[in-house]
Amino acid sequence: MYEIVTKETVAPNIIHMKFKAPKIASSAKPGQFVIIRVDEKGERIPMGLAGWDEKEGTVDIVFYVLGTSTAKLSTMCEGDSLANIAGPLGKPSEIENFGRVICACGCFGVGPSLPLVKALKEKGNYVITVVEGRGPDFVFWTDRLGEFSDEVHVVTGCGKTAWANDFIEQELQSGKKINRIFAHGCPFMMKVSSDASRAAGVDTTVSLTPIMVDGTGMCGACRVEVGGETKFACVDGPEFEGHDINWDGLVLRLRQLIPEEDKSFNIWERDNWHKLMDCRHKKSFNPAKRMSVEEIEHTEANCKLAGV
Amino acid sequence: MEEMAEKLKLNRVEMPKQSPEKRRSNFEEVALGYTPEQAALEANRCIQCKKPKCVEGCPVGVNIPEFILALRDGDMPGAALSLKGKNSLPGICGRVCPQEVQCESRCVLGKKGAPIAIGRLERFVADWERVTKKCPPCELLPPSGKSAAVVGSGPAGLTCAADLARMGHKVTIFEALHEGGGVLVYGIPEFRLPKGIVRSEIEYVKSLGAELELDSVVGKQVQIDELLKGGYDAVFLGIGAGAPRFLNVPGENLSGIYSANEYLTRVNLMKAYKFPDYDTPIKKGKKVAVVGGGNVAMDAARSALRLGADEVHIIYRRSREEMPARLEEVENAMEEGVIFDFLTNPTRFLGDHRGMVNAMEVVEMELGEPDASGRRSPRVKKGSEHIVNVDTVVIAVGTVPNPLITSSTPELKATKWGTLVVDERGRTTMEGVWAGGDITTGGATVISAMGAGKIAAADIDHWLRKNGKWSES
Repeated sequence: MYEIVTKETVAPNIIHMKFKAPKIASSAKPGQFVIIRVDEKGERIPMGLAGWDEKEGTVDIVFYVLGTSTAKLSTMCEGDSLANIAGPLGKPSEIENFGRVICACGCFGVGPSLPLVKALKEKGNYVITVVEGRGPDFVFWTDRLGEFSDEVHVVTGCGKTAWANDFIEQELQSGKKINRIFAHGCPFMMKVSSDASRAAGVDTTVSLTPIMVDGTGMCGACRVEVGGETKFACVDGPEFEGHDINWDGLVLRLRQLIPEEDKSFNIWERDNWHKLMDCRHKKSFNPAKRMSVEEIEHTEANCKLAGV
Repeated sequence: MEEMAEKLKLNRVEMPKQSPEKRRSNFEEVALGYTPEQAALEANRCIQCKKPKCVEGCPVGVNIPEFILALRDGDMPGAALSLKGKNSLPGICGRVCPQEVQCESRCVLGKKGAPIAIGRLERFVADWERVTKKCPPCELLPPSGKSAAVVGSGPAGLTCAADLARMGHKVTIFEALHEGGGVLVYGIPEFRLPKGIVRSEIEYVKSLGAELELDSVVGKQVQIDELLKGGYDAVFLGIGAGAPRFLNVPGENLSGIYSANEYLTRVNLMKAYKFPDYDTPIKKGKKVAVVGGGNVAMDAARSALRLGADEVHIIYRRSREEMPARLEEVENAMEEGVIFDFLTNPTRFLGDHRGMVNAMEVVEMELGEPDASGRRSPRVKKGSEHIVNVDTVVIAVGTVPNPLITSSTPELKATKWGTLVVDERGRTTMEGVWAGGDITTGGATVISAMGAGKIAAADIDHWLRKNGKWSES
């Protein structure tokens, strides 16, 4: 079993968790991911590694709560254990001294960017980090990223550089030399970031986590078209050249099970809404107190629904 | 003489099955197993040959006449002990072995009529032992002080681990998935091999002293040379041929098109047939096409029926004669209502605005001259292409070895098909490393993988005790 060591809500609906997983911690490299199964009935879902500590034997993930598996995970607390974590999976990032690099990240993509930024800095790159959020509340870890970045920029959809892709476009147009771009975030953010660098022809590495089952190259659920060829994101990736990806195909495959996912989530939520409310309305909460009346009492609506 | 004539009676005792109408809507086991009376009757047909040919047909060398004799005499613990002496997974083999081309094909009764139903008797003894737990413990040799790492907990790995444990070696099995059993749990459906049986046979292997480490992806989490440096004296790779093949035709990446591995893994390992009680979903198609003609295609087609499809087609490019699936599985599928479209091949898939497959173009085929494998190679009939509507497609055209370990271990030499190069003892090109099962042969059967695991275990034992050089025997 894999115990949750720390849990923190870092932005609305975005959670950072640290687990005990010593074997993964001692072999993880930037760019790799893990497959998580929350409980005995759970799905196997991929999560980019947001850090690890070999001494402590822990690994970190950052996830966005969307659907049954991540909702279940979000309601687990420090001291609880996950059924399974397998990894590290996928190819590690190719880290070289490229020169000047932009690392663009947003949402759950901020997580896997951290080990990447650190590794790039250690190789001697000039690292320009741009953190995207749909408002100041959604921006997190600028301090952690700042430790290893030469510049940190925050973009929240307004002002001169509205989004990460606008930032990339302006940097490239201003004539500054950029040798490599990395983008981590939702598929839309990574697509527009790749589009922004296409004209300038700067290689843009993106990290994909499509629907997976085993995560070891066995099922082919994660197939994605790259440069006209079918690749498995789990073993050929998760990193690919953003300019070569068939983004429309990727997004359609990501959305293929939405009716089933909705059904699953609706049923789960009926039985577990109170846990989800706890999770959404507090930064972190104590598992020992999770079900106590005091915990449930804090809003009028909850009192009514709980019949207190 | 009269007794002998009675024994040579042509018919074997039939095994009860769920009726096709009933079973096509549940995932419970199709074959129900012999009653004690039926087992005794069938066992009594065995004429106890002095030089039994059946044993030669068994890749793991089960002493078939011995266990049947014990069964006939009512000595069930003796029958179970005899069986388990050679085969650590009898409940599995009794269900999924192709006995008709192995032990049963050699049975002398087969010359006049039907051979002894060895598989059904094996299953009967194994099930008795599992329920009663009355089999005396197998003999274990004293600890050798040596240890072995077994990578993969499928049929090859489990057999190798069980044998090594019985020989007194310390064994750790590394499994990448969250459950042990490999293809036995992700590939073969519940209605053909209940997972409870796999679990209890794994428990048996563990009871011999083997440890099972789940979620351990060798090649990623730990490398082969790290295992050898980290305290293991030998490594056995039973990692299977797990990577799916696709047709490489346009539209194959549309949603609703699954590899057989994905389809069966969702259904079997992740229990998508119990969705939404279990979290893993699967598209429950109404009109399903399964492309391929092997056992995996039959498993996928029969699973699709059980998930509630109105119509399930097997699309196979050759004719029924060339189909590699076991006869029994083809008959089961036909009884349940699977429709067979022979001499048909998909050429492209079409989808709707959501990227879901909704049709496929197929061509008709005709058979030409036999190819290198002896099968007549199919040719496209010109102008025969036409569109058929489907909402789910499963591609079951075979698997190739997964390069996860070979790509990170340059010392392991592979063939151009990706299978590992091994000698007749299972030794790879890397010192201290053996391999067996689908990783060396490409997709084959459970029992041939078990046979390879057994051969490798014997050689590992020999090598560990002799402490000899790799190049010498």
